[in-house]
This record gives sequence, C-alpha cells and structure tokens, in this order.
Amino acid sequence: MKLEILLGDEAVALGAIQAGLSAGYSYPGTPASEIMEYLIKVAAETKAFIASWSVNEKVAFEEALGVSFAGKRALVSMKHVGLNVAADPFMSSALTGANGGLVIVPADDPGMHSSQNEQDSRFYADFARIPCFEPSNHQEAYDMTRQAFDVSEKLGLPVMIRLVTRLSHSRSSVRPRDPRGQNKLRFGASRDWTLLPVNARRRFQTLLDSQADMVRLADESEFNSLRLSANNRSLGVLASGIAFNYVQENLSDLENPPSLLKVGTYPLPEKLIRGLVDHVETVLVVEEGYPLIERSLRGFFGVAGKTIRGKLSGDLPLTGELSPEAVRPSLGLKPLDRLDLGGFKLAARPPQLCAGCPHADTFHALSKALREYDKSNIFSDIGCYTLGYYPPYQAVQTCVCMGASVSMAKGGAEAGIHPSIAVIGDSTFGHSGLTPLLEAAAADTNMTVFILDNCTVAMTGGQPSYASGERLLRMIEGLGVAQNHIRVIEPLPKNLDKNAQVIKEEIDHHGLSVIVAVRECLEEAKKKRRSG
Amino acid sequence: MKQDIILAGVGGQGIISIAYVIASAALEEGLELKQAEVHGMSQRGGAVQSHLRLSRERIWSDLIPRGEADLVLSVEPLETLRYVDYLRPDGMVIASRTPFVNIRDYPEVETLLSKIREIHRHLIIDSEKLAKEAGSSRTQNMVMLGATARYLMVKEENLTKFIKSLFERHGETVVAANLKAFALGQAVAAAADFVPASNGNRGRGGE
Repeated sequence: MKLEILLGDEAVALGAIQAGLSAGYSYPGTPASEIMEYLIKVAAETKAFIASWSVNEKVAFEEALGVSFAGKRALVSMKHVGLNVAADPFMSSALTGANGGLVIVPADDPGMHSSQNEQDSRFYADFARIPCFEPSNHQEAYDMTRQAFDVSEKLGLPVMIRLVTRLSHSRSSVRPRDPRGQNKLRFGASRDWTLLPVNARRRFQTLLDSQADMVRLADESEFNSLRLSANNRSLGVLASGIAFNYVQENLSDLENPPSLLKVGTYPLPEKLIRGLVDHVETVLVVEEGYPLIERSLRGFFGVAGKTIRGKLSGDLPLTGELSPEAVRPSLGLKPLDRLDLGGFKLAARPPQLCAGCPHADTFHALSKALREYDKSNIFSDIGCYTLGYYPPYQAVQTCVCMGASVSMAKGGAEAGIHPSIAVIGDSTFGHSGLTPLLEAAAADTNMTVFILDNCTVAMTGGQPSYASGERLLRMIEGLGVAQNHIRVIEPLPKNLDKNAQVIKEEIDHHGLSVIVAVRECLEEAKKKRRSG
Repeated sequence: MKQDIILAGVGGQGIISIAYVIASAALEEGLELKQAEVHGMSQRGGAVQSHLRLSRERIWSDLIPRGEADLVLSVEPLETLRYVDYLRPDGMVIASRTPFVNIRDYPEVETLLSKIREIHRHLIIDSEKLAKEAGSSRTQNMVMLGATARYLMVKEENLTKFIKSLFERHGETVVAANLKAFALGQAVAAAADFVPASNGNRGRGGE
C-alpha cells in the first residue's frame, strides 16, 4: 500500500482500524487526542466502526472492556494521567482478561509540555503484569498496534502501547498493510469475568502463569534486537522506545561503537539482556521517562562485576525529556559546535488566554468581587482557565487534577477558608466534577463553584462537551443545589459590574452556590463560521 | 544529503501549515522525513516550533540535535532568536521582521533585528507588507515559505502544488492570495543577493 504521512498518534489509530477494530473510546488530552480525532474522522467516512469521546477515561476504559467482553476488538486511548482515572478498571482488566483484542494507549508527556506530571505508563503495565509495546518510530507505532491486537487475543490479556509526546506529535511516513475484518459477537466466560474472590484468585494465578510466555514472546519479538560489537567489550547500550533514536543519532560520532540492544516490548527480553550484559563491562540504559529498565537491571545490589549506568547513576537526567544532545555526554561525546551569539536574555512567551476569551471576563468579574475579602482562595481545575494563573489575571492558586477544584474548595472551606471558590470548565465538570458537587450539595458547604460553560473542550482543540447548556443546568439542580443559588452570568466586558454583584451575593450566601458563566469559546465560534 | 529546519513562531501563525507544505513536497520526491510539532497548551498564543528533517537517508531522531540545524525559518523576530543555538556554526536564518506582541516585556524590534543581523547568513523579510500586498495579512507564513523556497532541497513547483491542496477547501481567493504571497517571498529572496554558505560575505536583508 501507498506511503502516508501520519502523526505517531494517527499511525496507532490506522493500525487499530486495519487490525479489525470494532470500537474506540477516549477522553481528550494532550498528547493523545489525535488518536481519537483520526478514528472519528475515518469512522465518519466509512461507518465501519464506533469511535467516540467518552465522558472520562474510566468510562472510556469500561466501554472498551465491554466491547472486548463481547468478543470484538477495542481500543482505549488517553493522556498518561488519564490512566490514573481509569486505573480501577485497568488493574482488574488484567484479571478478567480480554476476549476480543483490547489495546490501551496512554500517551506520556515527558518534559510536561502540556501536563501536570511526567509519570511513566510503563510502570502501570508492569504493575498490572500485562504486555506493553513501546514504539520508536511511526512504522513501529502502526505495526505494534496491529501486533498488540494479536497478542491480546493470543494471551487473552489487555495489551498496552506506550506513546510519548515526541512520537505522538511527530509526523513521518508509514506504509500500511492490508486491513482485516472485525470479530463476530462472542461472549466472555462469566467465571473469568465475574471477579468475586473465588474467581479473582484463580484469574490472578492464571495471569502469573502467563508471565513466562510474555518473556518468551519478548525474546523472540522482531521489535527487540541485539547487535554485539566484537571490537567493543567495554560498553553496551540498552535503549528503548524513542530513546533508541537519540543513541543512533550520535553513534556515527563514536570511533568504536558500543554493542546495542534495542528494546520495544515489555516484560523485558531476558535472554537478550543477558546476552548484552555478558558481553560488556558497563551497560548504559537509555530510556524515555522514569528509570524502569535501569532499576530492573540494578535491583538492590547491582550485577556482580558489571557497572550499570543511566538515570539513577546520574549519567542521564532524571527529569524532562531526552534529546540527541542530552544523550551525548553519557556516550562520552562533547556537545556539537553550534552557532553562538554570546549570552543574551530572551523574553519568555507563555501560553495565554486568547484575546476576548470569555474566561478573561469571568476572572475580571471574580477579581473585582473578591477585592472586599482578604482571605479568599480560588481552586482551579484543568483547562484553558488554568492560564488565569498568569498575569494580568493571577487569579488561581491551585491546579491538580480533573475535578479537584470542587473537592479542594470543599476541603478548603471546611478548613476555614472564606470565600472558598472553585473554577471548573463544563467538560471537566462532566468528567469529574459531579461527584464532589453532589457531596457539597448534600452538606450545603459554604463555598462558591464557578462552572465556565464555553460549550466545548477548548484546550485540546474543541471536542464536544457532555455537560453544557440546558443539560448542565438540569444536572446541577439534579445534584441537589438550591435553585435560587444556581446563577447564570454572561461573561462580557459590558456585564462586569452586574456579574461582580451576582458573585458577591453568592459569596455572602452562607452555603453552596453555583455560578454558571455561559459564553461560547471564541476559537470554536470562529471555526463554525469558517465551515459555514 | 539532508536538511534540518527549525520552524518558529507564535501559536496561530501557521507554522504547521508551512511544515505541511514542505513535508508533502518531500514525500512526493521520495525523501525521508520527520517533523516534530507542538500541540495542546502552547498553541494558545505561546512560542511554538517545529523540527523538520528531510534526508535521502534514514532519519533517526524526531528532534534536530542542537548544532545540526541548517536553517531557522521564523515568522516572528523574537521567536527567531529562541532557536539560534540549534544552528550549526554556518547555519542560516530567514526571519520575518514583523513582531507579534502579546507579552508585556516585548523588546524593541530594532534590538532583535540587530541581534539577528549578527548571524552570518541571515535574511530579514517584511512579511506583513508582502502579505498585505498578496491580499491578506494572514498569508505571512506563505511569504516566509516563498522566501525560503530556493534554499530547500525540495522543488519549488512541488511547494506550490501543496499550497494549492492545503487551501483548496477555503476557495479560490484564499488559494490565489497564498500563492501570490509565496511568489512575493520568492522574488524578495531572489533579489536579496543572499550569500551562500561558502562565501565569507555578510548576509543582507531584503527589507
């Protein structure tokens, strides 16, 4: 088939489609969003499979699990922290196993380009004891996804594909292969899928028994390869995923290139690793993310007679993302000569709210209302409005995880903060804000919750929101918030004084208030106009 | 033969469109390519860049190693300077002189331009003026691509081919404006008498 230029995310999506995917689910999150964007685009054209945004990652995961139970192939994708949200079904899915192929694709964000931490999803695969593929390039992203469905059905287990930002958001050419059809409906066995202790114990033993098969598969995998250098018995490099590219990029500068083991699958290929370790004195482990492989090799006491180097030894940085230049010193190479203009300071240009953004007007009104109180706190959530942290607003004091604004504001209020304010977007509210608001309504906590309804998931490119418009208002009321303390404002410059007055009234109400600020995202309105 | 290019600008200035056109031309000509770009949070008016690598041989890293870039192509003067340390010592800069001011501490434009002029091989383009001449100030990215076209390892006619396919869905007027912007950029670069790498002369602005 013809070469196509694809993002790493899109290569995974195409691999899944051509592996006979029946359904894909996800929640928007950088750098994973483009997997589902691609699936939705193709599904709209072909009507051959389901592709849809879910209300959150836990729901997405469980939907995919249901498809797998029914014998069909499913994919669930999310940003790395989204797997935390889905961790409950994820961990237990290793025990239910997969009936139809089930592939989980978390996209990690080393360097935190657009995230609140840089957790490494390979640890989740290790924790759940399921196989994991880590592609180093676009063709592998495509090929591994196809193979992941095969492995999932062969072992009867969910399989992970671990992506990172630099592959997710890089484009390169991919050569697709002939597509295959979907599975027929075929129910899973209830004794495997009903995790009562009596079944779960047996299923856990089955999972443990399959570990040896996984290691054997890894040793035979086309994605792992060992190249021993007869001339270099001192240094061997073990590199995984895209870190392998950074090593390769620098190899031609070395006079005596080291032995090289490329790793693309987990659990680790034990025979291949032994082959490398036996051949050399020092093993350098180069991996993107946390030092998972390095820690496995070192254990508590290291390998007798061998030196293991990597992130734990300080040869490579423990934080941030790797790059060709970050890897050079660990290979004993000096930095490349580069253009030098002498030192000069450059103004930073952080991301910011668009000119005319409705969130800006909400923050202006909120700041105005809060001037009269000296011990207020605004707990923010995850979305464009988190940019209210930067000048000129400097309006928010926290951002932790999806939904945390509402629960933290409740905790803050109970600790004595007044006014205790939560700021959360419509989609984030649908994702994880309902449950804490249910609790706050039951307790009638003295706090004020802002739901910024801009009718979309703006930060990730305008995906649809489930908790917007009239439905959102009915949801808030349904959770038990008093009707006269659900207020709707329109965040516009001309409404500044009026809005600040509403905010002040609700802050002064002793109990729970919800203020819904409704105005469509400008970017989305523009997009709609352009497409007519 | 290879070419490593850093594309720089501010979110919304059309960096990804430039990358799309060059990458599509490269695929058409059977070149290997990798193109790393920025999505998500930074796109909201922040600094954005794309690493674009073209080669006749296998490309390993998605990121260009610091010290290996042949060219920084920038739609904005401040953003130009953010990436000069990716350039090899004789690397080239093609930069717009039109500032995008959305921060409080934006420096004097002249200060930025004189710093850019310290780079041996530089070309400074009045992209705003040329884009307006082409019919829309939103075509500055295509002006800059036009100014760079003669230095790229892909054919100029392939670039115009993919400019057409990129803007096709927006209608004929938009396609025409972008093609004109590209042509105006090409003409300025041709007239600028820009020095090749081996020549010891200073670069000259096409301002």
